[in-house]
Amino acid sequence: MSAHGETIAAPGPARAVDRPATARRVKDVGFRLALVGCVAIAFLLLGVLLWDVVRDGAGRLNVDFITSFASTNADQAGIQGALWGTIWIMGVCALFIIPVGVATAIYLEEYADNDRWYNRLIEVNIQNLAAVPSIVYGILGLAFLVRGPLSLGPVVLAGGLTLGLLVLPVVIIAGREAIRAVPPSIREGSMALGATQWQTIWRQVLPASIPGIATGVILALSRAIGETAPLIVIGTATFVAFDPDGVNSLFTAMPIQIFDWISRPSNDVNDYLPLAAAGILLLMIVLVLMNAVAIWLRNRYEQKW
Amino acid sequence: MVEAGARAEERGRPEVILRAARPRYGEMIIKGVLILAAFISVLTTTGIVLSLLEETISFFGEVPIKDFLFGTEWTPLFNPPSFGVLPLILGTFVVSAIAMVVAVPLGLGASIYLSEYARPRVRKTVKPILELLAGVPTIVFGYFALTFFTPEILRGLFGNEVQIFNGLAAGIIVGFLIIPTIASIAEDAMSAVPASLREGAFGLGGSKLQVSTRVVFPAALSGIVAGVVLGLSRAVGETMVVLIAGGQVPQWGLNAFKPMETMTAFIGATGKGDISTGSTAYKTIFAVGMTLFVITLIMNLFSIRFVRKYRQVYE
Repeated sequence: MSAHGETIAAPGPARAVDRPATARRVKDVGFRLALVGCVAIAFLLLGVLLWDVVRDGAGRLNVDFITSFASTNADQAGIQGALWGTIWIMGVCALFIIPVGVATAIYLEEYADNDRWYNRLIEVNIQNLAAVPSIVYGILGLAFLVRGPLSLGPVVLAGGLTLGLLVLPVVIIAGREAIRAVPPSIREGSMALGATQWQTIWRQVLPASIPGIATGVILALSRAIGETAPLIVIGTATFVAFDPDGVNSLFTAMPIQIFDWISRPSNDVNDYLPLAAAGILLLMIVLVLMNAVAIWLRNRYEQKW
Repeated sequence: MVEAGARAEERGRPEVILRAARPRYGEMIIKGVLILAAFISVLTTTGIVLSLLEETISFFGEVPIKDFLFGTEWTPLFNPPSFGVLPLILGTFVVSAIAMVVAVPLGLGASIYLSEYARPRVRKTVKPILELLAGVPTIVFGYFALTFFTPEILRGLFGNEVQIFNGLAAGIIVGFLIIPTIASIAEDAMSAVPASLREGAFGLGGSKLQVSTRVVFPAALSGIVAGVVLGLSRAVGETMVVLIAGGQVPQWGLNAFKPMETMTAFIGATGKGDISTGSTAYKTIFAVGMTLFVITLIMNLFSIRFVRKYRQVYE
């Protein structure tokens, strides 16, 4: 009886009326300020980080830096070998993730029957792979590509494929979203005109989803380009004074070179930290350019159905 | 099939077949190729598990599993070596806990702001900038933690008691870089809460604060939990910041002013050196990697489950 009585009586005198309206407003504004504060703190850290890197590295970032090889003499050292190494492994990575990622996305969106256990398995598997720590991919690359069955050694092909496996889920997820955004009516129209399923996909669905897929690929590559941990684990060389000349060539990459400079003991004669900061600046400039292309692609070709 | 055909004949009508008159082999081959591509991701997981398992089993042939799981001394390269993994797990735990103390309030605050308070135009500019925190390579954060955050900020606050490599700087900076992970999943979940719930609460006289924290937040709780768990999983798996700023000395203690080696930092530091295949040092990479993989796998599956839960409720 009491419980029942309480539920009815509870509203009683309305609390909103009881409490002075100003107290409520103060609380509301305070909460809002706290939320804005959360965003502001995050922005502040980002700002200080950029400022710190520019302050340390801008003096060293010049043409000589980009056209000199690694050297134990900090005044003469540059990033050329690492820059070309990064370009090579990104090339291998792109050649791997584009066909495999797009094919997987097409299969999951256009063919897969979601009630089948193996399709659900693939899906959960991809979600999980997207969250596996990157260093674990390094272990995979070490055990299967660099040593073990394939025994490629720490070469361009092994580095590119390791990073490719790491960012494959990014391409698949972006590709699926792009394909899903193509309305079913397009497919139905094509099929009604007598096209087969593959003709419909190849001539209607894919062309319409290319901007989304391309954006996903660029985002994947811009994640891969900054990855350091997997390359460390597969044993990427740190002191390379030549440009790679093929997929079987030894290489080093920009993040590895930066890591090497950070780890070296600096002294009055050789200060490696400005080199590390200059390398970081160069890496971030490349990243900004890649993201600018991605944003441009999205805005330029995004289709509203 | 056969039964259906027989029944159609009984009724004297030809069976209606809604299929192509002849099989299209080209289409079937293409589908086969696509399935193969999709299975590469399954093969990747299998490859990870196999590569970890093989060397881990061989590692436990040399080191008793009990010494590994319960030992409190991790000195694999000493003579005689000791393989107690607990200091690495404790280091990972402390660094991740510090990271969560930073990331959970900031990430959830940012997500409530983006989902409930920010105007669409503000959101469109704030969100990409916030996501930069996840887009900047982690080695950059490592450099920042080591060359600026520890010497300028932490030593400024706590004095020279803070060593140049320490768990605190690593934890705080890792916390910042998982803010976007937590914020974007939590925001997705809160945006998926139907407007009618908010309108109902406003109609009953709720203030914006009350509606956000007492209606939207609980309604989106499973998505928020998913985001936090995924953020934790990223903190546990983060390597470069802890490798550069956290130090490479395992600590069986809780002093965050001192170096703390995490599981990932150990793998990175060991992988950096040139180690020969088959040596015990080589196998430790896999044993520690296995431990890391299992811990993050559990968190990831947990998070995927929770995401699915809120999607089912509101979509």
